[in-house]
Amino acid sequence: MKKPMVQRQVLAAAVLLAAMGAAQAQDATAEGIAKYREMLQDGNPAELFEMKGEELWKQKRGPKNATLEKCDLGKGPGVIKGAFVELPRYFADTGRVQDLETRLITCMETLQGFKSEDLYKAAANYGKGESANLVAVTTYVATASKGMDFALPQANEKEKTMYEVGKRLFFARGGAHDFACSTCHGVDGQRIRLQDLPNLTKNPGDGVGFAAWPAYRVSNSEMWTMQKRLNDCYRQQRFPEPKFGSDATIALAVYMGVNSKGAESIVPSIKR
Amino acid sequence: MKKMLKIASIPLAALVLAACSSSPSSADYDKIAEQVTKSSFQAKGQVGLDRLQQDDANRLCSAADVAGQPLDEKTAQAIEAANLKTIQWPTDGKFLGDWKNGEKLAQSGRGLTWSDKAGSDNGGNCYNCHQITKEEISFGTIGPSLYHYAKLRGVTDPNSPAAKAVVEYTWGKLWNARAYSACSQMPRVGHNAILDEAGIKDVMALLLDPASPANK
Repeated sequence: MKKPMVQRQVLAAAVLLAAMGAAQAQDATAEGIAKYREMLQDGNPAELFEMKGEELWKQKRGPKNATLEKCDLGKGPGVIKGAFVELPRYFADTGRVQDLETRLITCMETLQGFKSEDLYKAAANYGKGESANLVAVTTYVATASKGMDFALPQANEKEKTMYEVGKRLFFARGGAHDFACSTCHGVDGQRIRLQDLPNLTKNPGDGVGFAAWPAYRVSNSEMWTMQKRLNDCYRQQRFPEPKFGSDATIALAVYMGVNSKGAESIVPSIKR
Repeated sequence: MKKMLKIASIPLAALVLAACSSSPSSADYDKIAEQVTKSSFQAKGQVGLDRLQQDDANRLCSAADVAGQPLDEKTAQAIEAANLKTIQWPTDGKFLGDWKNGEKLAQSGRGLTWSDKAGSDNGGNCYNCHQITKEEISFGTIGPSLYHYAKLRGVTDPNSPAAKAVVEYTWGKLWNARAYSACSQMPRVGHNAILDEAGIKDVMALLLDPASPANK
């Protein structure tokens, strides 16, 4: 039901842009996108993923026929409000720093009896099978922190280490084009084509950069988590593929998340 | 080399623990980052793990970015000298090709990702970062504007002796930008075989041909 409306509004925005002069169009682009997001606020298809995620959270599944309602995402069993804006963080039971997606896999293993290696394999096949379920639950849990400010913990030594590792990965140039994350996201006020690029070495603002994900992408009708966002960044960087849930992806999320301290999460947001 | 292997055999947790007595040093974090990089990526499509290997220029510039300090002058000059040596000049002595094809290459951002087919045509990615013509309003701003490139540099006839220095510099910059600026963000288009000699000639024409829309 919602998709045709989204497409209509995209078209309207495109026509509006085409009607303007060149210089004007550039100045108006950011404004136009903001306006278009506002128009979509009542019809963000991300809500469908959120609803599916809530069902899955409360549904008895897996070999142990259990729900995820006792999952500990860092704020105690079953607490989802505020959990997302403090992730990734260190978990003593796994001895690892985990993001929301890998932590949910831990819960699916311990509470529901799924095999984590199967879930990692499924998650690598993005948006299909068990990955679609993980994306939905991720959207549901993240949305419970909508409007809250990012505040990742850095008290644990492993959390600090992940920040420092993430910083090194962020600036690591390589691949066929010598690109690093910092090539596009290292300074203020730059664009690639007409797309504004957030500076991710600091807090780029409420709902910008790290604080804009997970997001529904109109261009391909997909719900994208941070794992998927990073995967596609590395594809465009001409790097090899980061494995789902790998330490590199967690470290980068810690680096961006800590830098975004105080930024308001607008999850689930909507992107072109 | 021996040292490298030793580091690679120590698991991440042990490295973290070993450094636990006091706060880990920057060098400790470098080693852990190296280990994390090795364990986190996989080859896909045409992209192998060799893409993670850094030459001196990338290794030293990345480290300078992490430190938040520019390279010292001596190191920067050494990187530039080494990259200058890699530049291959046009085999037939002709620097300019067809600006129309150059425009096509400048528009295209395709090629060399894991989702591109191996051997498919690569684009030059130029408009992602640069303004070039007045007609194309969808341009990036990571690099400087190249609109009126020849005009602003006083080039009216790219084949004239007066234009030689600008023409050669432009070729060199496209072939290997790090020859002139050690930590430039610009891809090394010729050196890393993103475009071949004919492709670079066409982009040269887009920038330097008086008939090109870049100079109108």
